[in-house]
Amino acid sequence: MDEIRVLSPTAILGYGFPVASFEEGLRREPHVIAVDGGSTDPGPYYLGSGNSFTQRQAVKRDLKLLIGAALERNIPLIIGTAGGSGARPHVEWAWEIVQEILTETRQKAATAVVFSDVPKAVVLDMIRQGRTAPCGPLEELTPEAVEDAVHLVAQMGVEPFIAALEEGADIVLAGRAYDPAAFAALPIMRGFDPGLALHMGKILECAAIAAVPGSGSDCLLGRLQRDSFILETLSPVRQCTPISVAAHTLYEKSDPYVLPGPGGTLDLRSTQFEGLPEGRVKVWGTKFVPTPKFTVKLEGARAVGFRTVSIAGVRDPIMIEQIDSILEGVRERVQDNFDELQDYFLQFRCYGKNGVMGDLEPTPNPGHELGIVIECVAETQEIANTICGFARSTLLHYGYPGRKSTAGNLAFPYSPSDFSAGAVFEFCVHHLMELDDSKGIFPMEWRVIE
Amino acid sequence: MRYVRDVAAVIRSKNAGPFELTFDLMFTDRQAYDEVRKNITPSKIAELYRIPVDDVLKIVHFEPALAVKITIVRPRASGALGETDVYGAQQHAPLFELTY
Repeated sequence: MDEIRVLSPTAILGYGFPVASFEEGLRREPHVIAVDGGSTDPGPYYLGSGNSFTQRQAVKRDLKLLIGAALERNIPLIIGTAGGSGARPHVEWAWEIVQEILTETRQKAATAVVFSDVPKAVVLDMIRQGRTAPCGPLEELTPEAVEDAVHLVAQMGVEPFIAALEEGADIVLAGRAYDPAAFAALPIMRGFDPGLALHMGKILECAAIAAVPGSGSDCLLGRLQRDSFILETLSPVRQCTPISVAAHTLYEKSDPYVLPGPGGTLDLRSTQFEGLPEGRVKVWGTKFVPTPKFTVKLEGARAVGFRTVSIAGVRDPIMIEQIDSILEGVRERVQDNFDELQDYFLQFRCYGKNGVMGDLEPTPNPGHELGIVIECVAETQEIANTICGFARSTLLHYGYPGRKSTAGNLAFPYSPSDFSAGAVFEFCVHHLMELDDSKGIFPMEWRVIE
Repeated sequence: MRYVRDVAAVIRSKNAGPFELTFDLMFTDRQAYDEVRKNITPSKIAELYRIPVDDVLKIVHFEPALAVKITIVRPRASGALGETDVYGAQQHAPLFELTY
C-alpha cells in the first residue's frame, strides 16, 4: 500500500459540514473517517460537570452521516475525545447517540469504546514515585488536586485505537485522546511513518481550519504516502496553501518546531511545505522522536462553587468618571451587610474599560458607555444569588458624589436581571505522568447492537 | 519607526493549553518578517502587557509560515475565577502598538 487516505469531516464532532464536501471526500475512497470530538478550549466547566459543549442534535446530525458512510464502505469511523472532554459521562453520552442512530437506521456495528479515566490511586502512586510533572507554567501535582478532581482523564495516543482496530472495530469511540491520534492510528498500524502520520493528524483534526478561507465546519482530506503527505480541500471555495498549512502548525501551540505528545515528540525542524496545483499542499520532513519514558498528559477539573451573574449598562458620564470608586463602595456595602458570609468571590467587570483584558489592558479608559457584569461565585447557588442580587440593587441606587441621575444607575436589558449560572469548575490537573504500559490505563469495552 | 500592524497579515492570540497564552504574528512579505522579528524581544512584550519579563516564556521564529510566535504565562488558568477570555482569542490588541 503506497497511499492511505484519511477523511476529516469537521473540526469538532457537532460543528457540522456541508454534505457536498463530505461526498467529495468519499469519492476519493478514504480508508478511514476520523473526527475529533473535543477540546479543553471551552474551559474547565465541561470536564468538571460531565456535560458536552456541543449540542446533542448537532452531534447526532454529524454522526448519522459519518456512521452511514463508514458502514456502507466498510471503513472504520474513529472518534477521539468523545462528548467534548472524554471522561466517562461524555463517552457514555456520545455512545447513547451512536446507539440511537444504529437502532433507528437498523445498522449493525461493532463499537469499541475506550475509556480514558485514570484511577486516582494510580496517579497518587505516581506522585509518590516522583513520576509526574507540570505540563506548562504551573505547580507540581499534589495529592489534594488529584483527590479534588471530579473527572480525571489521560490523553491516549494511537496505541488504544490500534488495539481496537486490530480487533475489528467498525467504530472506535474513545475518551480523551491526543488530538492527532484518531487520525494517525490506522496509518501507523499499516506501517506508515509515525512522524508524518501524526503531523497529518495534527492538521486534519481541525479539518478545513488549515485552508483559506479557513472553516471549522468543512472537510479536509489527507493522503499519506511513504515519505510525504498531501492535504486537499473538498470544497471549491477553499484552498490549502503552504502558508495556511504551515501557519496551522502554530495554532494553539507554544512552539511549532517541537510538539510533545504521548510517548514522543514531533520534530518539525526539517519540515517542508510545497504548494501543488488545485489548492493542495505537500508536506514532508517531520519526524517522530520517541521519548525515553512514555508519558501522557493528565487533565482534571474540580468544583469551585456556584455562579450568579447580573448584566447591566451605564451611560451616565458622571458615574462613568468615578466607576472604580463606586464599585469599591458597593463592594464594601456588600461586605458590611453580609459580614457573616466572607467566603465568596464578587467581581464587577467593566466592558468598555477593561472587561476583555483585565489587568493586561494597557489602556483602561472608559468609553461613553460601560457594560457591567456583576458576578458572584459562592459555596451554594443561594449564597451566590444573594450576594449578586444585593450587589446589583446596591449599585442601582448607590449615591455617588455629584450624582444627578437619582432615579437609578443601571440599564438592565433583561428581567429577571440576574442569572443563576450553576456549578463552576477550575482546572486542577494539567500534568504529565509516566506510564509503564501505553495501553494499560485505557480500558476497552465492546458494544454490539443486534 | 513603523507599526507592525501595517505589515503583518495576521495578529492573533489564543490559549496554548489552559495555562499559556500564545500570540502569532504572520507576514506575507519575507523582508517585513525579517525586519520585524529582530525587533520583538521579551522585554518589549513584557512592557506592552505590563508583565514580568520572566512571564514571557518563548519567542519563536517560524520560517515556513513567516511567523513570529510569542508565548506568555496566562494571567490565570483558563476559566479560573476572574477569567476574562476563556479561549484567549481577544488578547492580541496591544500588539497593534508594536513598532519596529
